[in-house]
Amino acid sequence: MLDDFLVRAGLAAVGLSLATGPLGAFVVWRRMAYFGDATAHAAVLGVALALATDLPIGLGTLTVALAMAVTVAGLSARGWAMDTTLGVLAHSALAFGLVAVSFFPTVRTDLSSYLFGDILAVSRAELALVWSGSLSVLALLVWRWQALLTATLSEDLAHAAGIRPDRERLVLTIALALVVAVALKIVGALLIAAMLIIPAATARSFARTPEVMAALAIAIGALSGLGGLGLSLWQDTPTGPSIIVVAAGLFALASFRRQN
Amino acid sequence: MNLITADHICVRFGDVEVLHDINLSVQPAEIVTILGPNGSGKSTLLRALLGIVPVAEGQVTRMQGLRIGYVPQKLTVDRTMPITVRRFLSLPTRVSDAAAVEALDRVGMAGQGAEQMTTLSGGQQQRVLLARALLGKPQLLMLDEPTSGLDQPGEAAFYRLIEEVRAETRAAVLMISHDLHVVMAASDRVICLNGHICCEGTPRVVSNAPEYRALFGLGTQGALALYRHEHDHAHADGHPHHHHDHHHAPDQKHEHDHA
Repeated sequence: MLDDFLVRAGLAAVGLSLATGPLGAFVVWRRMAYFGDATAHAAVLGVALALATDLPIGLGTLTVALAMAVTVAGLSARGWAMDTTLGVLAHSALAFGLVAVSFFPTVRTDLSSYLFGDILAVSRAELALVWSGSLSVLALLVWRWQALLTATLSEDLAHAAGIRPDRERLVLTIALALVVAVALKIVGALLIAAMLIIPAATARSFARTPEVMAALAIAIGALSGLGGLGLSLWQDTPTGPSIIVVAAGLFALASFRRQN
Repeated sequence: MNLITADHICVRFGDVEVLHDINLSVQPAEIVTILGPNGSGKSTLLRALLGIVPVAEGQVTRMQGLRIGYVPQKLTVDRTMPITVRRFLSLPTRVSDAAAVEALDRVGMAGQGAEQMTTLSGGQQQRVLLARALLGKPQLLMLDEPTSGLDQPGEAAFYRLIEEVRAETRAAVLMISHDLHVVMAASDRVICLNGHICCEGTPRVVSNAPEYRALFGLGTQGALALYRHEHDHAHADGHPHHHHDHHHAPDQKHEHDHA
């Protein structure tokens, strides 16, 4: 069954949404959208780093995404003007990455697969990586769930209950870097943040508790993944962007329902 | 046995010293109210005791394993976060449905567990925050202007509830208020704060203390003159952090020496 590239692609999309659903909910609640962008864009630089040092691509992207996420988290804890700082970091990371990657002619040809993903070319090994990475992120979030939620609602309440908000922020930072490394192959660096935000924002309209919102975000993410695959096959469109197009369509429908 | 002790603590935000040389301690089953004008550092003191704000000097000591129930002045729930009152009560420690129902009933929010936190009024939110704090079976309740969103009957009921909780559980209460008259009946001890501790004692002692009157400017100069005091207070002379040594015996008339 796994021999079929379509089955692998479908499984990869579903696996990824296990992590992007709940993590995306936190990105929405904590207003970390730009944070996600900066981390995702840094992944392109990670590709260049991996090629230069002959390391696996996944390891390179994970390292650089983690470095970027920790930097951004550190800056935000020190109370910088985050909007501007993140804008600078997100776009510079992308630009540096693109310039660095251009030194490797082999990548130059399929640069678009790093920017927009190449889910139809997911191998068995990559599929295993997507699932293990996503399940790790999901397990991490479930483990820290109560503390993360408390710290997200109010850092003061968290403090008073003996929870350290900075440690919970680090948990999200690490989870974000992991998701970026895992999602690069599927939706690409430019659209990872969309995969985090859009399903979670869509789920918000239907949820009365944080858990329901996170679970719905998983379902909507998976649905978008499969729908995007279908759209891509049917109209021969690039798959990563097709997934986001379906997600955006669902979001529009949900917003319409909310207004009525 | 002190539940919590502040030993000569100072808190600075940048170059500004917000709290200067604060000493205070809270004993079990005691109700202590911190009074002070806006910007006097009341909330900061509470937050320093909780460890949210770091102290620049001095030390905060808590009894080992002290359970604190904290009710902040306000909770801003982001509109993107769907969360019911019931779910909120289970953060960070999960509580049973029966306990949640009882806690809501107790604070006058019976049957409102299914409401979204974002739709509550300020007063309702404070009740829910109190219910959540009580569910943790606190030994020390710390309340930051807990009645600011309540109307007068609500306020009276609130202080009755605090008295009940204290009587039943022997929990101590440390709360912030800006109105001495309201807390008069409920407090064992009042601490008057303006960057430093100006005076403290029973509500009666504090209400008669010249420092308190200077700080809150009760009435006009003429009215102030009705209260005979031996020396002018230093707050108006442009040295707000001027230090005084205070010596108190319980329930004794307030006395102070200029340092």
